[in-house]
Amino acid sequence: MATDLIHLCKLAKLSPDEKTLEKISNQFTDIINYIDTLSEADTENVAPLYSPVFHESAVREDIAVRRQTPDQILKNAPDTDGTYFIVPRIVEGK
Amino acid sequence: MITRSITEIKKALAKKEISAAELTKACLDHIEKTEPALGAFINVYPEQALARAKELDEKGYDESMPLWGIPVSVKDALATKTMKTTAGSKILENFTPPYTAFAVEQLEKAGAVILGKNNMDEFAMGSTCENSAFKAGSNPWNTDCVAGGSSGGSAISVASCQSFASLGTDTGGSIRQPASLCGCVGMKPTYGRVSRYGLLAYASSLDQIGPFTRTVEDNALMLSVISGHDERDSTSSPREKEDFTKLFQNPKMDLKGVVIGLPKEFFESKAMDAEVAKLCAQTIEEAKKLGAEIKEVSMPHLVYSIASYYIIASAEASSNLARYDGIRYGHRTNQPKDLDELYTMSRTEGFGEEVQRRILLGTYVLSAGYYDAYYKKAAQVRRLIREDYEKALKECTFLLAPVSPITAWKKGSVTDPLQMYQMDIFTLSLNLSGLPGLSIPVGMANNMPVGMQLIGSAFDEASLLCAGHSLTTHLGTNNQYKF
Repeated sequence: MATDLIHLCKLAKLSPDEKTLEKISNQFTDIINYIDTLSEADTENVAPLYSPVFHESAVREDIAVRRQTPDQILKNAPDTDGTYFIVPRIVEGK
Repeated sequence: MITRSITEIKKALAKKEISAAELTKACLDHIEKTEPALGAFINVYPEQALARAKELDEKGYDESMPLWGIPVSVKDALATKTMKTTAGSKILENFTPPYTAFAVEQLEKAGAVILGKNNMDEFAMGSTCENSAFKAGSNPWNTDCVAGGSSGGSAISVASCQSFASLGTDTGGSIRQPASLCGCVGMKPTYGRVSRYGLLAYASSLDQIGPFTRTVEDNALMLSVISGHDERDSTSSPREKEDFTKLFQNPKMDLKGVVIGLPKEFFESKAMDAEVAKLCAQTIEEAKKLGAEIKEVSMPHLVYSIASYYIIASAEASSNLARYDGIRYGHRTNQPKDLDELYTMSRTEGFGEEVQRRILLGTYVLSAGYYDAYYKKAAQVRRLIREDYEKALKECTFLLAPVSPITAWKKGSVTDPLQMYQMDIFTLSLNLSGLPGLSIPVGMANNMPVGMQLIGSAFDEASLLCAGHSLTTHLGTNNQYKF
């Protein structure tokens, strides 16, 4: 499980310290064993239910509405130049 | 004054026996006095609340605003444009959203005064309110005990009269369970009854916003205010808004003609505390005395609800919480060497352990090779659980069941995640099915409050409110509080 868990951490962009990772790893084994009980349920020919909505999705005209200004959107950004979100350099080169 | 129900205090406001500002001040003073012991709020906004109350007073009482001058609070998972919204997480510690949630907009339109944002388990993941990144919430009936969760702060503030009502969210029992453990009334409405616009998503197919109050009548009022179609949430039902307060103009006080189903799998659970079981049995007797017909029903797939729930909820959480990446808002790590480190360290520093555990579980059940065995299988079982409910409800007006197998437990006494997940055994299946559930206080066991839930057919909150009112009135648990 430990190797699997490190791979999962990479996928989920998480990096818990070693102690936490070990703890989660042990708990994970118990949790997976528990959810494995689901395999006993007879689900042959049962369609999955992904959403419990009781109605057909309401439709509306696809009209663009400006609900926020760029200033409002950028107000919470950790780093911005006033127009863009600033991130570390992604493309190497000149 | 602050121990009254909304229905009662409205009369005092209308007659100008008290002003909105005086009432707001009374709540704020009570919050200041009790908050150090209770931990019901992440942020309180006294100045905003008083300014709003004074503005209402200046304009004068308005009958068309059903919550005119009523001080209320809101779980910190609901976006508020003028108040920080943290979802109980370090990752959003300083986040003030650029918009307000639909349900909160409805409160404002109805004339409510919003006092602040209630404490909660981080991203609504938890059953105790100990999992908040800021402070643990405490049960007003015994501060050594948990308040329940995840909407623990909402339950505490209503049960202790800090606010007259609060909005919480219920993904796997997060309204009903803390309401039960703190002795107040909590409604998880039908999925789609209340727009989720502005709710910081945990598991979108399970999340639903609902009210906490001290009386069932107040709950009906709050639900009437916050429900209704909203085009910004495609899962919001297009049904017309209902006025549930009409049910209380001439309320039916008995349960004649009502058929109550008792799911035997719940009542046979080994997890049930003997004192809680005794109180549930007494409540059923009371319902019989009021004229209800009692029927045992069987729901064979309930046994799979915990496994199915934790797969689906974690899968949706892993996807929903991907947005917290340190780029556009929320915590960003210091001096990352590249983009990957920015993402990874911002998330690792910002999320607590339970949130990370569920993201990892969600990532696992959705990963290639496991998707069918876990996620698809859980969704198939979900349909079987919903069919069990629908079949049972065909024969009954509603179902009656316990909410929590035990009364509020000591803080810190349950640390194993799997053991904690088992605490939600009676509440999770309802979210999988999308049906409504009303938790009402039914008495005290081990000196702590006990609640039971009324489970109804889709969009039949009315039957639950009528019967809930009748039961709490006869049991003497309507407007229960710990001051």
